[in-house]
Order: sequence, then structure tokens, then C-alpha cells
Amino acid sequence: MPFDIEKIRADFPILKRKVNGYPLVYLDNAATSQKPQIVIDSIVNYYSNYNANIHRGVHSLSQEATDAYEIARQKLQKHFNIKNAYEVIFTSGTTHGINLVASGFSEILKKGDEIIVSALEHHSNIVPWQMLCERTGAILKVIPMNDDGALIISAYEKLLSEKTKLVFVNHVSNALGTVNPIKEIIRLAHDVGAAVLIDGAQACSHIKPDLQALDVDFYVTSAHKMCGPTGIGMLFMKEEWGEKLPPYQGGGEMIKEVTFEKTTYAGLPHKFEAGTPNISGGIAFGTAIDYLNSINFREIEAYETKILEYATKKLLEIEGLKIYGTAPGKTSVVSFNIEDIHPYDIGTIVDKLGIAVRTGHHCAQPIMEYYKIPGTVRASFAFYNTKTEVDALVEAVKKAKLMLT
Amino acid sequence: MTISQIQEELIDEFSMFDDWMQRYEYMIDLGKSLPIIDENLKTEGRLIKGCQSKVWLNAELKDDKIVFTADSDAIITKGIIAILIRTFSNQKPEDILNANTKFIDEIGLKEHLSPTRANGLVSMIKQLKLYAVAYQAQLNNS
Repeated sequence: MPFDIEKIRADFPILKRKVNGYPLVYLDNAATSQKPQIVIDSIVNYYSNYNANIHRGVHSLSQEATDAYEIARQKLQKHFNIKNAYEVIFTSGTTHGINLVASGFSEILKKGDEIIVSALEHHSNIVPWQMLCERTGAILKVIPMNDDGALIISAYEKLLSEKTKLVFVNHVSNALGTVNPIKEIIRLAHDVGAAVLIDGAQACSHIKPDLQALDVDFYVTSAHKMCGPTGIGMLFMKEEWGEKLPPYQGGGEMIKEVTFEKTTYAGLPHKFEAGTPNISGGIAFGTAIDYLNSINFREIEAYETKILEYATKKLLEIEGLKIYGTAPGKTSVVSFNIEDIHPYDIGTIVDKLGIAVRTGHHCAQPIMEYYKIPGTVRASFAFYNTKTEVDALVEAVKKAKLMLT
Repeated sequence: MTISQIQEELIDEFSMFDDWMQRYEYMIDLGKSLPIIDENLKTEGRLIKGCQSKVWLNAELKDDKIVFTADSDAIITKGIIAILIRTFSNQKPEDILNANTKFIDEIGLKEHLSPTRANGLVSMIKQLKLYAVAYQAQLNNS
């Protein structure tokens, strides 16, 4: 199917609305993506036609719902090239997945063991590791970044040792768009016997990762950044880790047998899926994956690169504008500031012109500290954005600059 | 002038503008008239939490009235706080506590009351009122 931007835009009902009297220009895709009608319909269809609890009932409705939910799991398996469907664990999102792994490692880590994270992390994602270190006496080490916003791999190699038990890095940085060389990061970690968890939240709307080729131990992502609903995500866990890690939460679905003396846990994935899950979310996640694949990731990547290059060129024509994060091959995020103007001021004015961008530190305070800035304005693009929208952004930023200086 | 007289005056001034851009330009101008806080008072303790931009606020009791000074690193925020200070500075703690802030809506800055603005304006109003509570207590005890 050729990449037809008008047809694609017609799939997203929200893109027709106006904000503050102007047509919505949605450039906050790194925070969450918009949803195509087919995903919205899939949620409505579930609740209208086959809502039932799954994995338990023998009645037909429950069977239908279970089938749809398990088919969604298989869609994820296929999309991410995962060996077994039971290695796909549904979570409430990336944060849940990270906490599940961190909690599991609290039983494995000993005092003096080391965990490595990167300087590019979403700061909320540093917290579970700090908590884990406090509980276990393990030590947290940080891979530094350079001025372009790329990780310094030679420094990472020096941090690795037989004490390293776990490495946690995001696939793509949310604040800067940097694509990290995760294949190399994983290989180097495995050389010292450490496991690797990759946060794919920012990556999966742009890139289709092959998890078997990456040989990653854990990979987490959220549906809502991939045209799916909020409150549902995926944790991929290699089978061997699924056996090693203890359950995260106790409850229904995760047990095989319960007596008051002893409980035996269910196998993967149910061991980590306690309680009634987000059924409609899981099913709609599968629909979102189908939708993205129907457009084709190679086309998405090529189109977004064009938009990114155009936006970068146009924005840099504005005098005094500086872009943060210039690593080669980054995804479609432009984080910028204009000399002597606070990012909040720019964000406020461009919002009045119907343009949705993010301002602030993007939950990546260590990165902002590195550049010694209070924050940035971040425009993040998706495959449904257009050059016309980029022009609207550039005009709005120019207008803001005029008003604010 | 009483707080409500000042509020009426502000509503009047802002009603002269037909569009948001003029309103914002005026607000940015008002920001330039803000009684700036002393550099050495820009401490961590005087920073208002919950704003995307930095806002420092100082309060002093002169006779029975509170005098506010402030500053911010963002100009729109500076304009907003200038409006608040014009309304609430040189007023008695009791009057500050009893004042409402509906005028914000009427001068067309309602969006700043929304929690998606990281609660900047809401936090500022809360902080102004907290100072009023503290000085009110001090006056009652003296």
C-alpha cells in the first residue's frame, strides 16, 4: 500500500478538531499518540458484543473474549519476533513492566552487585532501580552521554564487570530522540553475564524491534504511544527469566493450586498477570499493532525522517534557536530553546495558536542538568503529521519570539 | 483601593482587547512593572512549588498590610504574578483571605487555572493566601 497521508489522517478522528479556534496541530506524540478509528472501534466492539471475564468461564462469551485476548498476545509475539507467545506478558504499561522486573531482581541481587542505567533515562524510571539498590545494597552506575545526547559506549564498557547483574537502557530517549545502540549494549552486557532490560516506550511507534535478533532478556513498552489505548503495555521476558523471577503480585489467574499451606504458581505468562487484566486494552493493543503494520514500519520511518529533517531545517532558520539532541539517526523529536526565552513562554503562545507541544524537563532532569537549561520545547512527530503542520509550528514559534522579546 | 476595586479595574483594562494576543502582550507589559524581589531573597524557600517556570515570592508585613515582591524566569508567568500582586499587595491579611479570584476568568486567563498548566497560577494564589494566614495569626497574637 503506498503511503497516502490524506488517507492516514482520515483514520484519526481527533485530527479534525479545532483548538483555540485553530486546526489542531498535534506535535506531542512522544507523550502519547492519537488513536485511529479502528482502535477506538475495537474497544467499543468488545464492550458492545463480547464483554466477559477471560480464562475462566466455560460459557461462549468468555471463550470469545479469551480468544480475542490471546490472539492479541500472538499479534505482539509476531510483531516483536518473540519465540513463544507465553513470553509476552501484558502489563498496565512500561512503568509497570519495569517495576515488575526490578521487584523480581530484589530476590536475586546481593550487596555489592551492580546495576547500570543510562544518563538518558526518563527520571521516573531511575526510581525503581534506586529503590532496588536501597533494598538490596546493590550499587547504581550511570552511562554518561556526550553533547549530542548520545551515550558514551567506551565509558559503558569500563563500567561493566562480573559485578554487573542488570543493565537498563531506553531504546530511544524521550527527551532528545536519541536511538541507543542497544544491540551492542546487550552483547557487551551478556559478555559479563549481566541481564538487560530495554525500555522501548519511545521506540515502538517508530521502529519494529526484532527481540530474538537483539537477544534481549527483558523489553517493555506501552500501547498508548503506538496508537493503542492507555493502561496496557507489554513486558517481554525470556522464558528462563520467567522461571527464575518470583511473582510480582498475588491474586487470581497467577496460581495453579492453592491450599492454606502452600500455593503453586501458574506458568508463564499467568504467573505475572494476577487479577482480571485490561481485556479491552489488550485486544485494542493488537488492533493498533495490525494498524501500524498495515501502514508498514519502513514507510513510517522514511516518512518521519523526512518530516524531522524538514522541521529541523525550518526551525534552525529562526535566529537564536538551538536544538538539543543531535545524535545521528535520532527519531522524530526536536527539543529546542530560543535564546533568552523560557520554554514555558513559547509553549503557552504556540498553544494559543492550536499547536500542542510539550514544554519542561520531559521527566529527564539529569539531561536538562547536563545542558544547564530549565527545560526545552519539544515537538515530537508521528507519521500522521505533515509539512504544513511543521510550517504552522515554525510560524507560531516566530510569532512567540516576536511577542516575547 | 480595595481588592475588588482593583479587580474591576483589571477587568476593565483587559476588556479593551479583542483577541488573546493583545491580552497576552498587555500581560507581558504588566510583568515589566512587577515589584521585583531582592536578589538575595531568591532562595529555595521562596520558590513556589508546582510551576514549570521558577517563581520566587516574598511577603513582608508593613503596618497591618502585606507587601509582596516576586520574580520569575518566564515572562508570561511574570505577567500573571504582576496581576496577582497588583491585586493583593498592600492589603490586609484578612481581606486577602476573603478575596475570590473569579476575575482571572473574566480577564480571559482561565486556561492558567487548569491543572495542565502545572498548577502555576493556582500554586501562586495558594502561596499568597498562605502568607495571609500566617500574618493574620501574627496580628491576632500581637
